[in-house]
Amino acid sequence: MEEITAQYESFYHEKGRYKGILSWLMSTDHKRIGIQYLCALLAFFSIGVLLGLLMRLNLIMPGKIIGQETYNRVFSVHGIVMIFLFIIPGIPVAFGNFFLPIMIGARDVAFPRLNRFTWWTYLAGATLVVISLFAAGGAPDTGWTFYAPYSIRAKANITLAVAGVFVLGFSSILTGINFVTTIHRLRAPGVTWQNLPLFVWTLYATGWVQLLATPVLAITLIFIILGRVFGVGFFDPAKGGDPILYEHLFWTYSHPAVYIMILPAMGIISEVIPVFARKKIFGYRAVVYSALGIASVGYFVWGHHMFTSGMSDTARIIFSFITFLVAVPTGVKIFNWVGTLYKASIVGNAPMYFALTFIFLFSIGGLTGLIIGSLEPNLHLHGTYFIVAHFHYVMFGGVGFAILAGLHYWFPKMSGRMYEERPAKIGWFILFVGFNVLYFSMFILGYEGMPRRYFDYPPRYFTLHLVSTIGSWILAMGLAIIAGNLLSALFRGPKAPADPWGGRTLEWTIPSPPPAENFAETPVVRD
Amino acid sequence: MVRDAVEREDHIGSYGTYILIWAALMVLLAVTIIVAKVEVSKYSVLLNLFIATVKAGLVLFFFMHLKYERGFLKGLLLMVLLILASVIGLTFSDVWYR
Repeated sequence: MEEITAQYESFYHEKGRYKGILSWLMSTDHKRIGIQYLCALLAFFSIGVLLGLLMRLNLIMPGKIIGQETYNRVFSVHGIVMIFLFIIPGIPVAFGNFFLPIMIGARDVAFPRLNRFTWWTYLAGATLVVISLFAAGGAPDTGWTFYAPYSIRAKANITLAVAGVFVLGFSSILTGINFVTTIHRLRAPGVTWQNLPLFVWTLYATGWVQLLATPVLAITLIFIILGRVFGVGFFDPAKGGDPILYEHLFWTYSHPAVYIMILPAMGIISEVIPVFARKKIFGYRAVVYSALGIASVGYFVWGHHMFTSGMSDTARIIFSFITFLVAVPTGVKIFNWVGTLYKASIVGNAPMYFALTFIFLFSIGGLTGLIIGSLEPNLHLHGTYFIVAHFHYVMFGGVGFAILAGLHYWFPKMSGRMYEERPAKIGWFILFVGFNVLYFSMFILGYEGMPRRYFDYPPRYFTLHLVSTIGSWILAMGLAIIAGNLLSALFRGPKAPADPWGGRTLEWTIPSPPPAENFAETPVVRD
Repeated sequence: MVRDAVEREDHIGSYGTYILIWAALMVLLAVTIIVAKVEVSKYSVLLNLFIATVKAGLVLFFFMHLKYERGFLKGLLLMVLLILASVIGLTFSDVWYR
C-alpha cells in the first residue's frame, strides 16, 4: 500500500483549467462535485438543527422568545431546509457522487457535465428557497408540506419557496438518470449485477424512484404556483377544486421520497456492517431484492399519510394493507444485518457504532410506523407528536445516523486523513442519549394527545416538553463533538492509508484521497 | 435488403410509416376530444387515459425508436407504465368511493 500512495496526485491537486473557487464550481469530477454537495448539505443541516433548537426552546417557554407567527415560520423552514435541502438530496449526491463510479470501477459518472449541472441546479433551487425566507412577505408558514388550500391563500413567500423546491426536483431527477445510466453502462469487467456493491444497488433503486416520483411533485408545485399567481382552482374548493387531490399528488411523491432518503442509508449500513463484522453480508440476494421490493411497493402506500383527510374508506383500507406489505422487505433487511453479526468477529470502530445504532433506532421508527399504518390507532395519533417522533426516528435515527456512519467510514478516503476514535465514540454516545431523550418523550406526548405544530399547550404536557428540550441540548452537544473531531482531523489528522478498515469494495484499492482518474487502469473484479 | 440493413443499424424508418403514425395520432386526438365533449359515462376519463397511453406508445415505439431496443429496455418501460397505472388506479380508489 505504501508504494501505491508514494507517487500520485490526488483529485484535490488536479484543478483542471480553472483556479480557486472556479476549479470546484466548474469541475466535472464526480469527487469534487460530491465534496461540494457534502459541504452544502452539512451547512443546511446545521441551519436546520439551529431552527430545531429554537423550536424546542420556545416550547418550554411559549411566547417568551418568539411569537406565534414566527413559530409557524420556524417549523416550516426547519422542515423545508431539512427535507428538501438536506435529507432528500443527502446520501446520493454526496456519497453517491463520490463513491458510485469508484465502486463500479469507472472513471466518472455516465454524464459528468449533467452532473455538474445538477449541482448548479441544486444551488439555484437552494438560493430561491433562501431568498423566500428573507424577501418581503416573510418566510413560508405552511409547514414543509405546503398543504392546499392554505398554501394558495397564505400571504407569506410561498410562490418563491415552491419554485425553489421545483428547481431542486430537477436536480434530483437528473441525478437519478445519471446514476441509473452509470450503473447500467459503466461497470468494470467482472462487476456484475450479482456482485454489485450493496450501496450501488440501493443507489440504483433510488435512482428509479427519483426518476419516476419527482415529476409528480414538480407538477403539483406548478399547480400551487398557478393557483397563487393566476387563480387557477385545482385545489381550491371555492372554485370546484379538491384539496384532497393536492394531498394525493403531494404524497404520491413525498412517500416514495422517504425511500429516496432511506434506501441509500440502508446501502451504507449494508457496506459498513460486513466490513466491521469481518464477514460477507448474510443473504446478499435477499438484501438486493428487498431494496427493489421497498422501491416498488413504496410507490403505492402514500395514502397512509391521509387517513384523516376525508379519503374514502375503500382507499383507507387498501392503503393500510399495502403499508403493512412494505414492512416485509424492510424486516428482511434488518434480519440480514443481524444475521451478518451472528458469530462474527465484530470490530468496534466508530462507523460500526453508528451503523448498529441505525438498526436500533430505525427499528423503533419502523415498528411505530406499523402502529400508525393501522387505521384505528392512526385516527387517535394522527397530527400528534407521536408522528413527529416516528418521523424523526426514521429520518434522523435512520438516515441521519447512516450519514454519520458513512461519514466516519469514508472520511479517511475522502479527506486522506484519519480522525480520533475516542472523541468520535464519545460524540456518538452523547448523541445517542440526547436523541432518545429528545424524541422518545415525543412518543409519550403524542400518545397523551399533544398536537403537533402547536405553539402553546395545556400545563400537563410541560414536564415532557422540558425533558424533550433538555434532550435537544444533549443531542446538539453530541453533534458538536462529532463535528469538532472531524474538522480537527481534516487539518491535523494523520495521513490515512488506502484501506484503514479492511474493506472489500473497490474504493479501498486506490489511495486516500483518490487520484483524479480514480484508477490507473480499469480494474477487473474477480469473485 | 440494403434498406432493411440501414433500418436495423441506423434506425431510419420510411416516410410512409411516420406519416401513418402521425395520422393515427390525429385520429386518436379527435376521439379524445369527442369522448370529452360527449361525456359518454363515468368511464370517459378512463377511456381517455387509455387513448393517451396508446398515443404515447406509438410515439415511443416509432418516433423514439423503442421498437429497435432490446427486450430489457422495453421491460423497464413496462414497469414504469405499470407503476403509473397503479398510482392512478389507487387514486381512483378514493375518488370513486368517496
